[in-house]
Amino acid sequence: MNADPRGVLTGSHFLDGDHAACEGALAAGARFAAGYPITPSTEVVERYAMRAPKVGGTFIQMEDELAASIAIQGAVWGGAKAFTVTSGPGFSLMMEHIGYAAMTETPCVFVDVQRGGPSTGLPTLPAQADMMQVRWGSHGDYEIIALCPNSPQECFDLMITAFNMSEKYRVPTFLMMDEVVGHMTEKVVIPSADQIYVEPRNFTAKEPAAFKAYEACGEECVPEMVMAGEGYNIHVTGLTHDERGYPNMTPPVQDTLLKRLVGKIRDNADKICLYEEADTEGADIVVVSYGITSRVAQRAIDLAHEQGIKVGKFRLITAWPFPEKKIAEIAGKVKALVVPELNMGQMVREVERCAGGKAKVLAVPHAGGSVHRPEDILKAIVEVAR
Amino acid sequence: MTTVQIENENPVQPFLRMDRMPHIWCPGCGIGTTVNCFTRALIESKADLSKVAVVSGIGCTGRVAGYVNLDSFHTTHGRAIPFATGLKLANPKLNVVVYSGDGDLFAIGGNHLIHAARRNVDLKVICVNNLIYAMTGGQTAPTTPGAVITSTSPYGTYDPSFNIPHLVEAAGAVYVARWTTFHVRQLAKSMNEMFQKKGFGFIEVLSPCPTLYQRRNKMGDGLDAMKFYKEHSKVKHGCPTSEVSLTKAGEIIVGKFVDRERPEYSDLMHAHLREQLGEAYVEAEQVEMEHTLCS
Repeated sequence: MNADPRGVLTGSHFLDGDHAACEGALAAGARFAAGYPITPSTEVVERYAMRAPKVGGTFIQMEDELAASIAIQGAVWGGAKAFTVTSGPGFSLMMEHIGYAAMTETPCVFVDVQRGGPSTGLPTLPAQADMMQVRWGSHGDYEIIALCPNSPQECFDLMITAFNMSEKYRVPTFLMMDEVVGHMTEKVVIPSADQIYVEPRNFTAKEPAAFKAYEACGEECVPEMVMAGEGYNIHVTGLTHDERGYPNMTPPVQDTLLKRLVGKIRDNADKICLYEEADTEGADIVVVSYGITSRVAQRAIDLAHEQGIKVGKFRLITAWPFPEKKIAEIAGKVKALVVPELNMGQMVREVERCAGGKAKVLAVPHAGGSVHRPEDILKAIVEVAR
Repeated sequence: MTTVQIENENPVQPFLRMDRMPHIWCPGCGIGTTVNCFTRALIESKADLSKVAVVSGIGCTGRVAGYVNLDSFHTTHGRAIPFATGLKLANPKLNVVVYSGDGDLFAIGGNHLIHAARRNVDLKVICVNNLIYAMTGGQTAPTTPGAVITSTSPYGTYDPSFNIPHLVEAAGAVYVARWTTFHVRQLAKSMNEMFQKKGFGFIEVLSPCPTLYQRRNKMGDGLDAMKFYKEHSKVKHGCPTSEVSLTKAGEIIVGKFVDRERPEYSDLMHAHLREQLGEAYVEAEQVEMEHTLCS
C-alpha cells in the first residue's frame, strides 16, 4: 500500500540524519514512538515530538530505555506501527526487550545512533561498535534485521525499509546509524506518498475460533497477526509457546519454535540482504565497509585507483542477516578483502568466516571518536596489494 | 414441589482458558482467589470483554495473563506497566488491567509504577502481594516484613519494607485500596469500583504463600493464613496510607484509602496539545484491523 500522505513531507530538504530518520518513520506510518533521551540519538524523537501531534501520532518520553523499548511493543499490539531511538548505553538496557520482540514476533523498529564505548564512552562522538550487540545482545537464539545508512538520504529511505521488513518478517528491525551520519546535514529528497511503498500489517482474515496466533503462514513462515480488542483473546508470552501462543516448555516445542524464528530470516536472507558493489569484477582487492566508513573508504579506493591498484567496493547496507553467499563469492575471486570499521574488529569476523581462507582478510580497526583517515585504509590496500 | 436448579458450570469458567487447566499455583495459594474476584468484578462491571486486556509481568502472579480468556500479555519481569502504557495509548478503547506480583511491580518495576501513577495513565493495577519472591524460590522481596526468614535472609530480614499504598498514593494514583484474599466480596466490589474510575487505579491484595513464606516461618498452611487475615484485619476506609504499614504478625489495615480526581494522562495530552496547536492538532486515530488474507 502507499504511504499516508499526511505523514510525508514531500520535497527537497536540508536535513541531518537523525531528522531524516524521523521523517522516514512518519512516512512509513509510525504513529507511536517512545524514547528516553541519549546523545547522539535524541534529535530523532525531538523532531517526532514536534511532528507527531500534527499527523495523528503519539510520542511519550518514558522513564528509561527499558520502558521505552517495551512501551512500543504494547503500542504494536494495540495496532500501531512504533519505534524507539537510542545510543550505546541505552541500547544495552534495551536488550531484554529485543529478545521479547523476537520471541513474541512483535514488528517494531529500533534506531541506534552509535557512539564510542564501552560504557558511557564517547557520548558525542562516532563509533560502529554496537554491530555485534545488535546481533547477539539479547540472550538465546534469534534473528534480527539491521540496516546501515551512510547518508541522511539513506536514513530516510532505510527507515521505511526497516518498517517494511519488520512487518513482513515480524522481527525487531534496526537502523544502525553512527554519530556522523546522525549529525551530518545533506540534501534529502522525500518523494510523494504515492511513490512510497508501505508494507501493511498482515492482519488475519480468520475468525477467532479458527485462528492460532503463532501458526506458520505463507512462504516466509510468518504468522498472521491480530491486535488487542478484536475478540481474538490472544495470549502473547515471552515463554516458549505453541502455535496457540500457550506456554509449553518442552524440548520439541522449543525446537519447532526456534527453528521457525531463526528460519524465517536465515532462509529468506537472499531476499532481505541489500548491498552496493562497484568494480568488484576483475578486482584484486575489495574493500568491505558500511555506514560512515564506506564514505571514507571510497576516498581510499579512489586514491588506490590512481596508483593503478585493481580495487573494488562492497558496501553492506544490510549488516544482518549477513550477505554470506555474496562475500564468499567475492572472496573466491580476489586476493584480499580489506575491512575498515569504527570498532576494534566486529564485522570483520563475519567476513573472515565467509571468506573461509580463500582470500586474505585485513581489518582496519579504529577505536572511534572520529572517522578513519583515508590514508589508513589506502595503506592497508597497498599492503595487501604487494 | 419446588425444583432446585443446580448449575453444573462455575460462572467464572468462561473467563478462564480451561484448556490450560490445571494451573501451576500451589495448594493454599491465594492468586486463584483473586482471579475469581477479578472475573466476578468483570461480570458486575458489564465491561465489553473483547476490549479488556490483561498485562502481567513475571512470577506466580505473572501467570494470571495466561489463564484468563481475554487478550493477554505475559511480558518481561517488571515491565508490565510500560507495556500496558503503550497498549493503552495506542488503543484507547481498551480497558487495560495490569495484574502482577509485589516483586514485579515494586522491585524491578518500581520506577515504571511511580511514573505511570505520576502521569495518571488509565491503567488498573492489581498487585497480588504474597510478601515474597515465590516462583524463584522464596527470596526476600521489598514487601517482606522485618524478621521474616526467606531463602536469602536465613537469619531474618532487616531491610525496611515498602508500605505499598503510601507509595502509590504519593506517586499520584487516583484510587488505592487494600484487601486480603479473605475479603473476597469486598475485593470483587473494590475491583469493579476501580474499573469504573478513569485514571491510575491500584489495589493491593494480600495473598498467602504457604509453600515458601509460611512454611519457613512456621505460619501454617493456606487455611491458617485465612484465619490470620480474619483475626488481624481491620477495615478502615479512608485511613491515611502512612498508617497502613504491614508487619509480620501485626494488624492489617484494609479498605479503600484513596478515591480522588486528577486529570487522566490522555485527556491531559489531548487538551494541552489542542490548546497549543489549535486546528493543527490531529488526534490519533484508532487503528482498525484490515481483514486481508495471508499472502
